[in-house]
This record gives sequence, C-alpha cells and structure tokens, in this order.
Amino acid sequence: MIAEDVGGMSAEPHTADGVVLELRDVVKEYPGGVQALRHVNVDIHTGNRVAIVGPSGSGKTTMLTILGTLERPTSGEVHVAGRDVVKASDSDLAGLRAYEIGFVFQGFHLQDALTALDNVATGMLYTGAPLRDRREAAKVALERVGLDHRITHRPQQLSGGEKQRVAIARAIAKNPTIILADEPTGNLDSKSGESVLELLHQLSSEGATLVLITHDDHVAQGFPRRIQMRDGEILGDERQ
Amino acid sequence: MSVSALRRPGGLPRRPRGGDRDVARLPPHELFGVALQGLRTRKLRAALSALGIAIGIGAMVAVVGVSSSSQANLLATIDSLGTNLLTVTPGTTFFGANEVLPDTAVPMINAMKYVQRVSAVYSVPNANVFRTPFVPSEETGGIGVDATDTQLVKAMNGTVASGHFFNAASETQPTVVLGAAAAQDLDITQATGHIQLFVGGTWFTVIGILNSMTLDTTLDDNVFIGLPVAERLFQVQDSPSEIYVRANVNDVSSVSNLLAATADPQNADGVDVSQPSDVLEARAAAKGQFTTLLLGLGAVALLVGAIGIANIMVISVLERRGEIGLRRALGATRRHISSQFLAESALLAAIGGVVGLLFGAIATWIYSVGQNEPWVVPLYALVAAPAAGFVIGAVAGLYPAAKAARLSPTEALRAT
Repeated sequence: MIAEDVGGMSAEPHTADGVVLELRDVVKEYPGGVQALRHVNVDIHTGNRVAIVGPSGSGKTTMLTILGTLERPTSGEVHVAGRDVVKASDSDLAGLRAYEIGFVFQGFHLQDALTALDNVATGMLYTGAPLRDRREAAKVALERVGLDHRITHRPQQLSGGEKQRVAIARAIAKNPTIILADEPTGNLDSKSGESVLELLHQLSSEGATLVLITHDDHVAQGFPRRIQMRDGEILGDERQ
Repeated sequence: MSVSALRRPGGLPRRPRGGDRDVARLPPHELFGVALQGLRTRKLRAALSALGIAIGIGAMVAVVGVSSSSQANLLATIDSLGTNLLTVTPGTTFFGANEVLPDTAVPMINAMKYVQRVSAVYSVPNANVFRTPFVPSEETGGIGVDATDTQLVKAMNGTVASGHFFNAASETQPTVVLGAAAAQDLDITQATGHIQLFVGGTWFTVIGILNSMTLDTTLDDNVFIGLPVAERLFQVQDSPSEIYVRANVNDVSSVSNLLAATADPQNADGVDVSQPSDVLEARAAAKGQFTTLLLGLGAVALLVGAIGIANIMVISVLERRGEIGLRRALGATRRHISSQFLAESALLAAIGGVVGLLFGAIATWIYSVGQNEPWVVPLYALVAAPAAGFVIGAVAGLYPAAKAARLSPTEALRAT
C-alpha cells in the first residue's frame, strides 16, 4: 500500500516517498537541562497506524507534541505533512494543525458550555470555515463516531466514553491526514476504552495516519507498528 | 492513491488551496463569538468585573449629565427671557467720579430704529422704606427705592407675583411695587388689603409684588414708585441710573453699537452698555467647567475598574490554560489567542460602559426631576461611554492577552 502511494503524492504537500511524519536526529531539551528526546529518528508513512509505548517520563508525550507541531525541537529536523517544522512560522504551523492534524487528549478538553455539536464544530474554528459548514461537518463526524443521538447534549450529560467519542469526532471532522492521540483511553474504564480504540482503528483504516501514545502494552497490541520508548530514546520498533 | 482520495465525503468542504498551504484563520465575527462565549461561560464574574467599569463610567456620565442639565436649564431661562436686552448705565470718569446720563437719554433711545421697548430706573436718594414710622430710621433693611416707568416689567420679561405693575394712573399716585427680595424682607406676600408702607416719610399703598428678575437680580432688592410721584415728592432728577432696552432680536449688535452715543451724544465714553444674557451665558459655561474635579473622581473609579478587569483576565488565563492549549492544538496562532483575550476584555468593559451609561442617565434623570430641570445627557456620551469602556478594556487586556499567547501549548494541555 505504501508503495502504491508514491505515485499519487505529488499533488499533496508530502514527501515523495509517502512519509508524512519524519523526525531526523531530534533532540528536545527543556529548561533545566532535562533531555526529553535524545537523537530520535522516526519515519511514519501515510495511512500507518503506530503506537508509541513507554513508561511515564520516557519522552513519548514530547514526541507527540513535536509530531503535532505544538513544540519545536531543540535540534534536529522535523517534517510534518511535507513541511519543515523547524523553519515554518507560527502561523504556518497553526495552519497545519488547523487542516491536517487532529488531536485526541486523555482529558478530552471539551467545553462544558457547548453542545456536542458545537464542541466538534469548534474543532474547525481556525480553518475560517463558516459556522454552517462547520456544524454540517460536525454532524457527519458525530454520526461517524456513533453519537448522532447525542448532538444537543452537553459534556456533563455524557459518559466518559461518549466524551472521548465527541473529542474524536472533533479531531476527525476536518478530515485530517494525521490523528495524534495522547492516552485516549487513560481516563476510561476498560470497556469504553476498548470501543474508543476500535473506533480509532476503524477511522484510520479510512485513510488517516494514526499515532497513539500509551503506557499500556495491551492498548499497543492492536497496532501494526509499535515504537518502544524509554528515557528519550527509541528502544524498539516492531512491525507486523 | 493520493491522500485527498482517501478523505471521506461529508467532511468540511475544502477551499481551493491558495498556493500550496492552508492558513489558520479567525474572521472578526468568529473572534467576537469566541469572546462572547468566553464571557457567557463565566457570567457572574463577568458581571462583577464589568460593574467596576460601569460605576466609573456611570459617575462620569452623571457628572456630565447633571451639569448639562443645569446648564440647559439656565440657557432655557436665558432663551425665555430673551438675549435682546441691553442695559445702559452711567460709567465712571477717568478720575473715578460717577457720570450722569442726560435726561434726553430715554426719549432719544426710544426714537431709535430697531428698539422695541425702553424702560428706565432712577434712584431715589435718601428715601428709605419702613413698615411703620416707628421703626428706627437706621434699620433700612438695605432696601433701595427706585423710581420707574410703566414699561419695566415688560422690558425685563419679568412677571408679577401678586397685584399688578404701574399703569398710567397708578404711577402718578403714591403707590409702590416690591421687588421679590424686598417683599420677603418686609414680610409681605400679598398685594391685597391696602397694605401701606412708609416710604421717604410718606404712606404708599402696595399695589404689586414682582417675581425675581432673572436678567438683573439687583432689582429684586428694591421697591419701585412711579417717576411722576418721585419727581413730585422727592425731587428726583430725570437722570436715569439704568436704562433697559429691548432691541429687535436680529439687530442687537447694531443697536448696541449706537446706544452709548444716543444716550449721551456729548460724552459717549461715559456710558456703559452691556448685554445681561452674556453674563448669564458665561455663568452657564462656568457651570460646565466646575465639573472637572468630579470627572477626575470618575476617572479614578475607571482606573480601579480597569485594574479589576486586568486582574480577572490574568486569573482567567491561568484557569483556562487547558482551553488555550486546546485552541493552539486546533490551529490557533499565538495572535489568535491574544486577540481572543483582548476581545473578551474589551467586550467586557464595553458592556460595562453601556451599563454605566444607563446608570449615569438614570442618576441624571433623578437629579433633573428633583431640580425641575430638563433631562439632558450629552449626545457624545452615548458613543463615548461604550467606546471608553472598549478602549479601557483593550488596554487592561494587553498584559493578560500577551500572557495567554506566550503560554506553551504543551504545558497548557498538561494543566488539566
């Protein structure tokens, strides 16, 4: 499948070999001298499903924020969807996040004052699309995550699993090329966790690249590719 | 198979790409919506911090409104009394001695073009007013006696409180009309029942009491007797102490220019001509000036309100780190984040400004009803109050907005 991708990529701002996320010798150092990432190299191809696994403090969250262009590396090269993150401007990266990257967080980050529909619609706020279009897309996204009956509910009326589904709908409503999920099942019981994972797998099988970080090996089992991290370094990179 | 081919149908309509990149956007109306939503989520807090601005703006609007109302009242009075009254008085010589107007002054002015009405008062020296002859002669009460003609009240646009003013018959008789303040001093409220006053050693009958003469309140302290009586009993000379001239409204200045020379052709420099409404208008303007101090106090209240808003916004930024992080993840630039908080702050204070305008208008209304004055809130306040709020809010929001924009999105996301 990856090989097939190569021919059609030129129209999209991605690298010619279908690599949508690329880290080259990336170092991330925080003030105080803590090295969260030490010379990390990763290539992730379009449509891949990748789990990044490691204990807390292993640098996996830092990796995700760098892949998501929320932070820039201290040194090294990062390319996301064909753009050079180190050189791009703040507004270029914001545009990248607005259109190409969907985030799913452990803590959901839904706004209590808004309905499920408007929470999802907010996910596309910074594309500048008119509210009507955003709501239309939000409705479709809520249908895709199986919450079409919860459209007018507010977060406090939803279960944890449903909240995370709303958050996933927010991430996918704009049809991003990349979905980045940070411990999406961390706040959920195992049953709703399972169904959220299943949903993510299903959505990414429709084309988007999925990168999920977790400390839970069991969660990572379902992924065709698993990157093991510890102390800011990649220990293993298993592919099935 | 390209990525776009993999996109499911039904998602957000993709705009045609400009060049090869998508830009994060937040149109102004969306920014307004985001700011409004931020305030609506925390209604009580927004209301309390807007109240600070409302009180400051309200105080300033009330100060401006109250002074405009009383100014409008004074100007309305002037208008009703007319601005076409001119007064002619004898001046002083170079050496400080009093000039004397010739007895031809009144008939000459009366003959002038554009003059509608002329009236004069003549002081009656050495004549005092007493309720009875038994009052000691030194207790004059400071009440002066003036002789006048039948035109005085009409020329002054004055009104009679009780009884009537002189007519051709009564001005030749020993009758007296009281100025408002003089009547009060003499404790006479009604010109009925043959009240007699002892004026310059002769009994005079009170036939009228005047209301206060707004255009020349010095007349209120006097009592008036007819000029023929004064000439007969007190040997008053035909030399007026003050002449009141009503000119045609459109010709006031041309009449004014000729008055001195007409009154005393031989010594025009010895004649003072003035326009009493000018004095009152100056007083009205002064009433407006007096409010500077109170406006300063309002400004202090505003400053405190602005600090309150800055304070609330800083707290808000700290509390909403999660939201800020999320918005950054959703594609907000730093500038989007700072303009969001700036807009919230400005909107909050602008709402405070509108509420303050209402406060001030209501306070002015209560005052104007109490003082029986017209209710005036200056038009510029309708624009200035919300605008001032907006600007104050924007300034107060600068620091919190910059703080929000500087927040690292990763830290912000970890916060919750």
